[in-house]
Amino acid sequence: MSKRNLVVNDFCITFSTVNGSGSATANTTLMRALFKMGIPVSSKNIFPSNIQGLPTWYTLRLSKDGYMGRVEQDDIIVAMNPATLHKEVQYLAPGGVFLMPDDFNFVNTRDDLIIYRMPVKKLIKDAEVPPSLRDYISNMVYVGVLCFLLGIDLDLIHQALDFQFKGRQKPIDQNFHMVEAAYLWSKQNLEKKDPYLAEEMDGTTDCIMTDGNTAGALGSIFGGVQFTGWYPITPATSLAESLIEYLPKYRVDPETGKDTYAIVQSEDELAAIGMAIGAGWGGLRSMTSTSGPGLSLMSEYIGLAYYAEVPVVIWDVQRVGPSTGMPTRTAQGDLTQANFISHGDKNMIILIPGSIQECFEFGWRAFDIAERLQTPVIVLSDLDFGMNMWTSKKFEYPDQPMDRGKILWEDDMEEFLAKHGGEWGRYRDVDGDGIPWRTLPGNRHPKSGYFARGTSHNEDTGYTEDPEKWETIFKRIANKFETGKQYLPKAIADESQKATLGIIASGSADPAVQEARDLLAKQGIKTDYLRIRSLPFDTEVEDFLKKHEQLVVLDINRDGQLNQLLTMTYPVYSEKTTSLAHLDGLPLNAKWVETHILSLLEVK
Amino acid sequence: MATPVPNPAIQNINKVGLSKADYKGLPSTLCQGCGHNGIAAQIVAACYEMNLVPEKVVKFSGIGCSSKSPTYFLGRSFSFNGLHGRMPSLALGGMFADHTLKAIGVSGDGDTASIGLGQFKHMVRRNLPMVYIVENNGVYGLTKGQFSATAERGLQLKKQGTNPYLPVDIAMEALISNATFIARSFAGDPRQVKELLKAAIAHNGIAVLDIISPCVTFHNHENSFHSYSFGKEHEEPLHEISYVPPKEDITVEDFEEGTTREVVMHDGSQVVLKKLEKEYDPRDRWQALHMLEEAHSHDWLVTGLIYVDPEVPSLFDIYNKPATPLNRTPNSKLRPSHEALDEINRLMF
Repeated sequence: MSKRNLVVNDFCITFSTVNGSGSATANTTLMRALFKMGIPVSSKNIFPSNIQGLPTWYTLRLSKDGYMGRVEQDDIIVAMNPATLHKEVQYLAPGGVFLMPDDFNFVNTRDDLIIYRMPVKKLIKDAEVPPSLRDYISNMVYVGVLCFLLGIDLDLIHQALDFQFKGRQKPIDQNFHMVEAAYLWSKQNLEKKDPYLAEEMDGTTDCIMTDGNTAGALGSIFGGVQFTGWYPITPATSLAESLIEYLPKYRVDPETGKDTYAIVQSEDELAAIGMAIGAGWGGLRSMTSTSGPGLSLMSEYIGLAYYAEVPVVIWDVQRVGPSTGMPTRTAQGDLTQANFISHGDKNMIILIPGSIQECFEFGWRAFDIAERLQTPVIVLSDLDFGMNMWTSKKFEYPDQPMDRGKILWEDDMEEFLAKHGGEWGRYRDVDGDGIPWRTLPGNRHPKSGYFARGTSHNEDTGYTEDPEKWETIFKRIANKFETGKQYLPKAIADESQKATLGIIASGSADPAVQEARDLLAKQGIKTDYLRIRSLPFDTEVEDFLKKHEQLVVLDINRDGQLNQLLTMTYPVYSEKTTSLAHLDGLPLNAKWVETHILSLLEVK
Repeated sequence: MATPVPNPAIQNINKVGLSKADYKGLPSTLCQGCGHNGIAAQIVAACYEMNLVPEKVVKFSGIGCSSKSPTYFLGRSFSFNGLHGRMPSLALGGMFADHTLKAIGVSGDGDTASIGLGQFKHMVRRNLPMVYIVENNGVYGLTKGQFSATAERGLQLKKQGTNPYLPVDIAMEALISNATFIARSFAGDPRQVKELLKAAIAHNGIAVLDIISPCVTFHNHENSFHSYSFGKEHEEPLHEISYVPPKEDITVEDFEEGTTREVVMHDGSQVVLKKLEKEYDPRDRWQALHMLEEAHSHDWLVTGLIYVDPEVPSLFDIYNKPATPLNRTPNSKLRPSHEALDEINRLMF
């Protein structure tokens, strides 16, 4: 094969396996080795809601240009699941590579493919792997074969296994031995006919490899999380589990040996949010993590926290709804639910991270916002961020000290009373910014106690049905959210192309939009881009809407929920705006975005 | 803040220098004669006599007539009136903020025995240190007279007709969920309510008090389990109960030897139970279960300390918590160092 036909660091490998067969170790090992070579690499795990037995796909994308989005076609398929063998072939790009065990009964219907057959059973037998481990270790055969085909140094595989098994020699040896044997077999028996190569580059400098749930948990830890009430739900579970993993490492007081946090696994989401709100009211940096069905259950308590003005952070790692929906697939379908959550009039603060690094950043920032504004903050992540492994920029240390908001302890109360004629009321707007001063249980000052409630109250927390009092409090709360906008992450506009067409998106739609913009630019189509990072919208959003002649709003949901909220907030620009919404449970891909924007422009 | 110094020269001042008025709340807006008002009065008396500092008490409640009542006692204490049946989770979170506080939760039968049954049982199984009072009247008052889940089968109400379902027994539910303190009382027996409240306050764990508290407006029929007349006629106390604070000697003159049983609480205080007709040991779960079954079959309103185990670790004994309240942790201890983040970044591979 001539050098110029080679495809280097710019292709996609999909591993088709059976759920529960232990392929995750093999796949992440390869990903780690590629990352160590300096190649930007991302993965998409498309898996079923099942423990064992259903088909699962894991895609690794190598992209020298750093694109992290999903791609529609595979260049290499490693087919380890006989049940889906003939279907897989359809997803291969022209001239693609098909790798499979040599005992699979495969009828090739395409003449453009390069097929390699691996003697998996023979190699396992020769390696004398204990029967109980055979299924797991057999995945290492394809790791070895791919190392030979793509040119991956076995040392890197060893490093990756060492990391995976935390230095435990036995599993490292067992797995590595299999990789070596398969590599050796390939070297002696395979003739490389395909063009795909992995070569060392410097695309991962200052980068890490992690997932959004880990990032969110670590960000929360650096935000000083003190209490977590949670209930297991896919795809949010690993966020709380990361807290359980990392909190003991980083948040035990070295002076006392005591924990500066508490985690409680609750009986359900109704209790998880109740606990979190109780703790937030008590003055702890408090959070819960859930997904759509859990958020639905939490809605009544979130309304109470809004009205009683209790800080709490709620992570919603979105999956496909409504109802149970597709628990193991990704979506941005909870946006309007989060925005309008719970009955009655409300303002809800929503943070939408658009990268793994932002999952970390919003992890700590959410507490500052919640405590400053004394209100719930919902962080909308999704399964694509939460559970997939990404190459990401390193986590950055918080660039500002913790903002605990307006809290009065005993001495503060004395000072406050001296300044304010001896009076304090929990819901009095003494500063004119809509944010009252709060006290925390345990405060021994005799004037500090108050009665928090979801029933209508006056500024001193007394029950009242007085229409004027109701309106006073309610308008003051609305004002609080006007003040609050300054604390929210601004939408980021890229107007470097000075285009008349503006794209608006949020969250995990970002990688596909970034890539699609490059694809469009290559065809001479200029685009500007606004990535929304929080709600309620602020002036920079309106500026962008105003400035562009044509607008496209991208959503990973059926109804174009981001577009719905924009239209509702800024109806005057709706005529020049088109919603591009797509939901099939898979992460958005650049090709889809490109195609749909192109057809939109043709119609025009 | 200076600690209040008791002045013995002034009458009616307790050991923390407070008068009963310091424990009062706002005037009640419940119906006249409502059992809940009597309970609120006994909470005031018990807290006063136990020398609790109101700022060291935190109140929680759910939704319903009962849950309004925290307004009517301990006006200086922090309080959170939560959602229907979901006060236990709120209290758990709140207590994690400052575990040195005494928590008093007030719920009702509509709150605890219906939507709240799940949270009730999980609170019990976690042994959250809290006095959990169920003001039990068998009826929904605020919505004007519907059956609650503790209403007995066959009960007749004006609008509802006849209740076709069997009742939930809150004490029984608590017992089978491994509650560490269970008592039942009757709002018309203020002395017993107060002594049980004091014992419950001394308990290091969940203390469930199921207090039959008649609804004078919607449910006070002669023959109903949840009425004053029924309670007065059918109350069968298990024992006469007295609470003795720590470091106070019990003398033989106070209690006739051989007729009493003492339970030593976690803090060294004692609950003295004077035997009545029956021999009853509240440390025996099996006996407690048997007694509740027997009471059901005879239609007795058995009151007193049904079960107690003072030695079970509370929720907060299980956690590696600092002695100081978590909500007093300085920010410097909450954010890990730059070095910690560098280490994490190195590990993310």
